[in-house]
Amino acid sequence: MSASAAANRDLPSIYHKAGSLRAERRWALWSAYISLIFAAIIMLAPPVYMLMTSLKTSAEIADQLNSTPWWVYSPTLENYAALIGNEMFRGFFWNSVKVTVLVVAVTMVISVLAAFALGRMRFWGSQALATGVFLTYLIPDTLLFIPLYQIVGSLGLLNSAWGLVLVYPTLTVPFCTWIMIGYFASIPKELDEAALIDGANWMQMLWKIFIPVALPGIIAATIFAFTVSWAAFVYPTAFITTPEEMPMTIGVVSQLIRGDTFAWGQLMAGALLAALPPVIVYAFLMDYYIAGLTAGATKG
Amino acid sequence: MADGATLAIAQQGAPSGSSLKRFARRRSTIAFVMTLPLLLVIGGLVAWPAGYAIWLSMLNRRMNTFIGLGNFEILLDSETFRMVIFQSVFFAVTAVILKALIGFWLAHMLHHIPTKGQRKWRGMLLVPWVIPPALSTLGWWWMFDPSYSSINWLLNVFAVPSVPWLGEPWWARISVIIVNVWYGAPFFMIMYLAALKSVPEQLYEAAAIDGASSWQRLRYVTLPMMRNIISITVLFSLIVTFANYDIVRVLTNGGPRDLTHVFASYAFQVGILAGNIPRGAAVSLFMFPILAVIAFFVLRGINRRNKEEM
Repeated sequence: MSASAAANRDLPSIYHKAGSLRAERRWALWSAYISLIFAAIIMLAPPVYMLMTSLKTSAEIADQLNSTPWWVYSPTLENYAALIGNEMFRGFFWNSVKVTVLVVAVTMVISVLAAFALGRMRFWGSQALATGVFLTYLIPDTLLFIPLYQIVGSLGLLNSAWGLVLVYPTLTVPFCTWIMIGYFASIPKELDEAALIDGANWMQMLWKIFIPVALPGIIAATIFAFTVSWAAFVYPTAFITTPEEMPMTIGVVSQLIRGDTFAWGQLMAGALLAALPPVIVYAFLMDYYIAGLTAGATKG
Repeated sequence: MADGATLAIAQQGAPSGSSLKRFARRRSTIAFVMTLPLLLVIGGLVAWPAGYAIWLSMLNRRMNTFIGLGNFEILLDSETFRMVIFQSVFFAVTAVILKALIGFWLAHMLHHIPTKGQRKWRGMLLVPWVIPPALSTLGWWWMFDPSYSSINWLLNVFAVPSVPWLGEPWWARISVIIVNVWYGAPFFMIMYLAALKSVPEQLYEAAAIDGASSWQRLRYVTLPMMRNIISITVLFSLIVTFANYDIVRVLTNGGPRDLTHVFASYAFQVGILAGNIPRGAAVSLFMFPILAVIAFFVLRGINRRNKEEM
């Protein structure tokens, strides 16, 4: 349609059209940058505001007349100092570390072994099982927490970090297995044939070939398992009520909110400290993090 | 591990015709042993609890009498629960549509700028997805605070009257959606950006030679190429949003007047806090049929794409 319209024009209009194309492109670039700046402001405003609040004294937070809420006039680290000096808060941190490290280790062992078996060793039902793994990933934790509450309770693991170690794999294992199947599938068949000819057994093949070659996938899956178990919220809220056993997320949400007068500065400082480990991991391993996110859908 | 060791010895012999069968049998045995932990997790911690939930939902409060579908009938009769159904559907559908549109727009904008700068922008825009949602929602809660709201402060600067964010039912519903969109839109952006990058450049060149406008390029090249990833991301996000708990719990805790409860938070309230485990299980089971339908479409999408790739 526009092609025939262009053909009817005379020659000089081609130059005109080229000029308009460049203008169009420049306009597109500008609109892209403006959108991105606008989006970045909105996306970063809540964390920045949390940081601002965490650096304020309670007096400055309460004083609304002489100050803007979006700026700190007399920054202080007292909120952070109070939290780090608080034994209960340090306990939250260690509980989170303990649970997360154990869950990540268990998850990676289970899912690498299973992904290798399902993706490479093709046996009866392996295809159906791989689909089943993906289906389990689609079952949300909020559908399972009530029966799991009963099960964990009957095992006597309510109010214990061990109960969390037991149930967190339901959040991490299906997705990690799924993306590891994808990564293992992308390794050329010739490699394991060569290994078989050289007399390697399956464990050697997994350990010496697949794990090194699929290392980026393993890192991505580990990051996923780490962020998910660090951020888990439903299970700890349901299973843990004693502050001594609480991990960070639920500890900050339930224990730092007391009564009607909230210590907002301390609350925000606590939230930021609790969010720090995943943010640090993300800052240093962004590419792996994103690879893990997109692998589930693009490789599936 | 022990199986691996015995296999190593068995494999020393050349795999001739007769031992090939044994080899295959051994292979499937090892594979089964390697999948066993996964099967235990899925069977013991997902399938068994899911079945157990159905059984639980058919008991009375004291869990000693079987009452069939009694819990479901009571729930459907209650006005509060009908509002929960409405709010869950409204919340999930609105939030997912907004996330999909904003994510698509951001991915497109990101795709337009020079590749060098994309990493930096992508890194900044993904921050909401990285912070555990329960914690970032605390920040939003503070921004929505009735007397100290920093958002209202900004609105007042532009001479817009203050908004009762979490006090009025409809504003509370909108607040929950805002937080969910803020948290989830970056995920859509990342998925769409990956999809945009996988569209071959030649298609756009061909379209440009045919004189396609930028709208036509979007409509006839980009969207068809991304159709599958869009549908999978939307369906997946629909499940996660539908089952969302933390944002509602931290932001409104179901209030005002139980009008912002979604299935998950209501199930928690009824099952854990009020101690009526069977009815709580019944509430969360209401999610199941909807999730099953969505899961069916996700699987169909994935299978279809696998076939295309072959």
